Amino acid sequence: MPPMEPTLNNPFRRSVVKGLLGTTSFWMASGNARWAEALAAEAAQPYRPVFFDAAEYQFLESACERLFPADHNGPGARALGVAEFLDRQMQTPYARGENWYMSGPFEQGPANLGYQLPFIPKDLYRKGIAGVEHYARQQYGKGFVALSAMQQDEILTALEGGSVQLGDIPGRVFFEQLRTNTLEGAFADPLYGGNRGLGGWVMLGFPGARADFMDWVNQEGASYPIGPVSISGETA
Amino acid sequence: MVKHVDAIIVGAGWAGSIMAKELTEAGLSVVMLERGPERTTPVEGAYPDSIDELRGAIRKRLFQNLSQSTVTIRNTMDQTALPYRQLAAFLPGEGVGGAGLHWSGVHFRVAPEDLRLRSAVIERYGEKFIPEGMNLQDYGVTYDELEPFFDKAEKVFGTSGEAYRVQGKIVGDGNVFSPDRSDNFPLPAMKDTFSASVFRDAAKNAGYHPYALPAANASRQYTNTYGCQMGPCNFCGYCSGYDCYLYSKASPNVNILPVLRQDPGFSLIADAHVLRVDLDSTKTKATGVTYLDTKTRKEISLSADLVILGAFQFNNVHLMLVSGIGKPYDPVSNTGTVGRNFVYQTITSSRVWLPPSTYTNQFVGAGGAGVAIDDFNSMNFDHGPLGFVGGSPVWVNQAGVKPIAAALGAGGGGTPRWGSAYKDSLVNTYKHSLGIDAHGSNMAYRDVYLDLDPTWKDAYGQPLLRMTFTWKDNDIRMNQYVVSKIEPIARAMGATKMNLVHLNAGQPFDTRTYQTTHLGGGAIMGDNPQTSAINRYLQSWDVSNVFVIGSNAFPQGMGYNPTGMVAALAYWAAHHIRATYLKSPGPMVKA
Repeated sequence: MPPMEPTLNNPFRRSVVKGLLGTTSFWMASGNARWAEALAAEAAQPYRPVFFDAAEYQFLESACERLFPADHNGPGARALGVAEFLDRQMQTPYARGENWYMSGPFEQGPANLGYQLPFIPKDLYRKGIAGVEHYARQQYGKGFVALSAMQQDEILTALEGGSVQLGDIPGRVFFEQLRTNTLEGAFADPLYGGNRGLGGWVMLGFPGARADFMDWVNQEGASYPIGPVSISGETA
Repeated sequence: MVKHVDAIIVGAGWAGSIMAKELTEAGLSVVMLERGPERTTPVEGAYPDSIDELRGAIRKRLFQNLSQSTVTIRNTMDQTALPYRQLAAFLPGEGVGGAGLHWSGVHFRVAPEDLRLRSAVIERYGEKFIPEGMNLQDYGVTYDELEPFFDKAEKVFGTSGEAYRVQGKIVGDGNVFSPDRSDNFPLPAMKDTFSASVFRDAAKNAGYHPYALPAANASRQYTNTYGCQMGPCNFCGYCSGYDCYLYSKASPNVNILPVLRQDPGFSLIADAHVLRVDLDSTKTKATGVTYLDTKTRKEISLSADLVILGAFQFNNVHLMLVSGIGKPYDPVSNTGTVGRNFVYQTITSSRVWLPPSTYTNQFVGAGGAGVAIDDFNSMNFDHGPLGFVGGSPVWVNQAGVKPIAAALGAGGGGTPRWGSAYKDSLVNTYKHSLGIDAHGSNMAYRDVYLDLDPTWKDAYGQPLLRMTFTWKDNDIRMNQYVVSKIEPIARAMGATKMNLVHLNAGQPFDTRTYQTTHLGGGAIMGDNPQTSAINRYLQSWDVSNVFVIGSNAFPQGMGYNPTGMVAALAYWAAHHIRATYLKSPGPMVKA
């Protein structure tokens, strides 16, 4: 299991509770109706972000949806819970840069020699979101969330293209961080808060945690017939 | 009082585990030191946590933690090398099993002429054919000498494959370019995935010679020569970057350690970061090693008669440099050997789309399974009119494409990387495409090398290793030539679209995208102490009770995956240590 804060928001626990609520053995074994009711109520509540403040979270809801929009292929980042995924990830060693070499000096060099900033993912988000908000107000007189989808896309395109600096952070660096984590949130196991209802996996035809294709090594190009399952046992 | 053992082995990957097994069999007391954590299949490898993509390959659970130590990288000698701060281009392992726990399982032998590539090129094309600045060298060991050890390793790894020639007789539909074998593979070849079968048919029709990749993924239940058991592979797709929950992919953890751990002469110490090999005042004899217990932060010295470096390729080189074993390579004066001939591989992945009615089911796969052609590998084709040295196998090796990796890699090259059009192409690419790789050699050059960085240090206060590496014209042209051969095969496969990817002239090495973890050289084997750090038995020319086992020994990067060669070299060195060295310790080859 990945490190996670022991909170009722833990989606793994939520899905286990959801899965068990209908079973007799759960009710018999729980022995505490009040506890069970509290968990059931919790499972129905929207996620409360821990790292991001409300405005940052709204920014992520909007920006991630532009990167990965709902369309004819399937759900977008909002429906898949990508912002929730991001907030949960901010509470892991990854977001604290614990697997990156973060010793100085920090010298900048050619792009092909890789990331050389002194910022961990948490810093990139905090500074990057503030920087985009500032840029949006400068360019359009409004915050990012209040802009039209087309205007939001213009900003994201500018960030990706490398023409915008967000304070200490090149816009392109923030864009790549956001794109990477958004796609992770769309396609990681729902255990981490994204890929709600296995919507990302259904879109791709990925069967999730089945991990057994003994009979499907070669079916002459036929489509795999079984839908996805998550690590906790949820099916689409 | 410093504790004394007969042999210390640094690193608990394939090289270290093979050496530990051999030396305990010889009756030695052996301590194996691993800087990362303990790892066993029932704990970290258990389903379903082991197949969690985010936790696994994406958050890099089994890979080196760069926060503790990394390398610096530059393309040319006039640049400032900068730290490799985020894992991307290559992914060394950490923890018991090393990279042997998270590898794919492609288990090759070697193309015999690759072992004597300098001699072979000169015989065929003359010395002038070798470009200025290319350090083309022979290994100093032949295929015939290594054959028994390739055979031994395959029977330990439970390798699945189809032989072509055994003891001079053609026995099957294997690789026509492969050398004679003393015995068949222990297991039949893995089945072709659909994608691989399409490639096989098209390559055959084009007049090439497709064969099943030799895979250390068990096609059937198998009990190896040590009594360790493997279960049949079910093509779950979680080899590369993962530990196999089915005991189907060979690893030190599955194929050697279960038996070795029972041996009273053997102990394994995890969380033990070796800081240096201790030498006596003459610098010609190792007295043991000093390591940091990363849990207690205590430095501990162990004394030993024999020290085996079996860490990852560049960590072996780093340990030699920080310990003062041998003379560091200096590219300006062209002297010294440690750090010389640092090599990589020249790998590009192209993509082919099949019609929308055809599903490639890319999540189905096994790391070592696939179909390859060797028609453009090694010396199997005429280089004369082409004017480059080296080559590439070409293959479809569908190892199991997971959704996050697919999503991160989709788009780009002029197509959208986000938005609805990106989603269209991601879904289409995931469902209907397949990858074809040119997995090529990389030659050694005078100004491509390893040394110690003057600025950045690891968490233990030691200088980082510095890589000076970029792509050279010879290897770029080789890659372009081989990739051009993919196009007609792809057409014959019924491609509706293709994206042929090759290196471009002048393109520098880019540390930001994964290419391969097949790093090599830096402490190479050879027959001349002026141009090699270790002799043909992988013994240091300078400190005769230190052996350096790994792909660090390769004078050139070969087209094949390196693990089979590393395993054979480990068994080869171990055999000669047991047969000769232990009876009369000292240099096994006169300098």
